[in-house]
Amino acid sequence: MSACNRVEQVAGDQITLLTSSGELVVVDKAQLKPAELPSLSENQERGREGLPGRSWVMVIDLSRCRNARECMKACQSHHQLRPEQHHINVLQMQDTEDTAPYFMPKPCQHCDNPPCTKVCPVNATFKREDGIVLIDNERCIGCRFCIAACPYSARVFNWFEPRDAEQYEGVTYNIEANVPQKKGTISKCLFSADRLRDGKLPSCVSACPNGVYWFGDRNEDAVTNGTTKETVSFSELVKKGAAYTLMKELGTKPRVYYLPPKDRAYPYEGDLS
Amino acid sequence: MNKIESPEESRKELDKIVSDLSRSMVKKDELTRFWFFILIMFAGVGLWGWIIQVKNGLGVTGMGDYVSWGLYVANFVFFVAVSLVGLLISSVLQLLKFSWAKPVSRAAEQIAIATVALAGIIIVMDMGRPDRLLNVFFHGRFASPIVWDLTVVSTYLAISVLLFYIPLIPDLALLRDRPAPGIPKWKLKLYKVLALGWKGNDQQYKTVAHAVRVLMILIIPIGLSIHTVTSWLFAATLRPGWDSTIFGPYFVIGAFVAGTAGVIILMYVYRVRYGLKEYFEDLHFDNMGKLLVLVCLVYLYFNINEFMVPVYKMKLADGVHLKTLFSGGYAFLFWFVQIVGLILPIVLIVMKFFRKPLPLSIISAVVLVSAWFKRYLIVIPTMEHPFLPVQNVPEHFHHYQPTSTEIMIMLFSFFASLLIISILAKLFPVITIWEYAEDKGIDKKYLSEKTENSQP
Repeated sequence: MSACNRVEQVAGDQITLLTSSGELVVVDKAQLKPAELPSLSENQERGREGLPGRSWVMVIDLSRCRNARECMKACQSHHQLRPEQHHINVLQMQDTEDTAPYFMPKPCQHCDNPPCTKVCPVNATFKREDGIVLIDNERCIGCRFCIAACPYSARVFNWFEPRDAEQYEGVTYNIEANVPQKKGTISKCLFSADRLRDGKLPSCVSACPNGVYWFGDRNEDAVTNGTTKETVSFSELVKKGAAYTLMKELGTKPRVYYLPPKDRAYPYEGDLS
Repeated sequence: MNKIESPEESRKELDKIVSDLSRSMVKKDELTRFWFFILIMFAGVGLWGWIIQVKNGLGVTGMGDYVSWGLYVANFVFFVAVSLVGLLISSVLQLLKFSWAKPVSRAAEQIAIATVALAGIIIVMDMGRPDRLLNVFFHGRFASPIVWDLTVVSTYLAISVLLFYIPLIPDLALLRDRPAPGIPKWKLKLYKVLALGWKGNDQQYKTVAHAVRVLMILIIPIGLSIHTVTSWLFAATLRPGWDSTIFGPYFVIGAFVAGTAGVIILMYVYRVRYGLKEYFEDLHFDNMGKLLVLVCLVYLYFNINEFMVPVYKMKLADGVHLKTLFSGGYAFLFWFVQIVGLILPIVLIVMKFFRKPLPLSIISAVVLVSAWFKRYLIVIPTMEHPFLPVQNVPEHFHHYQPTSTEIMIMLFSFFASLLIISILAKLFPVITIWEYAEDKGIDKKYLSEKTENSQP
């Protein structure tokens, strides 16, 4: 058998490929090997450690959100979610009777004092060094204590067989995207940890057509807008914009910052008056 | 207690006690068969419901991403609560030397074992991945109250079983040596094995007394822990309605209310069904009634604290929660539980007439049912009102409505716990014979006498 293969390989033809640096190269097909995907255990291990030296933060500009819901769509397709499952949910908010309503995208807040990871009996949900709160669906026992503990209602549960379960049967589980989703376990926003590893912005950030999301690294003090690709100083953005975090009095220390909905780019066209 | 001097009288008296207290093990009529048929049928139907749930996912219940704990967790809290009566009656009252409580303690232990066992089972049935139960041992995190709960619930079950079994050993030997007519052969063989070769000498009685005392003391911190830790499953979160510092003692005293009511009902059933009027006397009901008033009063005090303080302040999120309880969708249930399940029983049981067996048992039944609804009110309304609005989800995520599968599984837990109690009552005397005989003034030496139809 191996002799046959060799004959075939020697006789094989050439193929043109695009490298990551943008050059076109010609390679003999015999040289090609399928890319090695990390095994489940390797993936679990590096998924628990996180990206060294990073400290991810998100800034959501409420003055720019017009409820386009492209973030929700991109997220649901990335994480193979059912229509009622939201890792990110655009809520209609009104703080008091006298103030104007606004749209508020709400991902997991990736708290630095996370109430959810504390209560997990099996360490299935945990906080990584780069600040992301992750879930290991291969370990979760489905007790839903973390849902009870989360004040931001950020977590969803796979009450039934996940969407397209048959299609993804046998696919190696990726802890950094929670895919394929597993029945009877928890799922939630992960800041698209798998995309961050590849140097990409989270799905929701990239999908937004209105420049709502800024995402970046607090250690570098830089955040990039997913729509305009503009990069600015994180500390300046939050200081100048008078950013706040959700329910800061609870002491959860969120990593998601909100810029208040003033000087709006679009009029509010929602259900609240 | 007067000592009975004459051997004939002693033996006659002992025979009567043994035959009276063996009635639960001997009695075999249509009603018994029907009762077991009902228990096994409903427990079986419930188990089938669980199989459906495992197959299709927890989505077959009424739970959703917002109300993610429902009937099962409410039921779990209820079972843990009722089980705590074992601690109150067979330990605290005995250590305080309330001698009237002695005959009640085995019934209390039966309830403790049955309910704590089912608490453990129902919580596994609530898991999304029961197949991964062992992860709690492989990857257990000591910071999680669930791990604490698992530890203390299993310890409590173990101690309760010992507290049931050890004082039973002399009884088993007594039944082996002096079997009441009508006890089937296989049961006698079982007693022989379980009696562990008991001879009935002073040394052995001393050992039993010592072991029981150690267990009685041990069970106090364990028992308090199981319900305190159970309350922390809620109090450890930030949610309005759960974020309370008094949840531990509040749950413990609420547990005594539910458990005392449960024991009163069981006493009444045994008294009527097995003709044990002389054993579960009016005096016992009178005293248990007084105990129920006491724990209800303390519970009322805790309820006032738990609701009055946040009502006075009306913090935003607390206010939403309290309004649904006081005047919103849960108002009827809330006021029913507070008034019919707590205040009315206190007012009634204070009167002597209502401490008679039948009226007291009826009131206890009402208290027990309200106690279940109280657990429902603790778990569900809080989850229906998270901090952030519930939007962009299907209608059934907004309000919790248990499904038939869920109710089937809940019925399983009720019937399975009753099944355990019934089996224990069919197998073993419902009152400790040797203790009772001793209190009646029968010398211990007659207890270990062998009669002609004893097991070889």
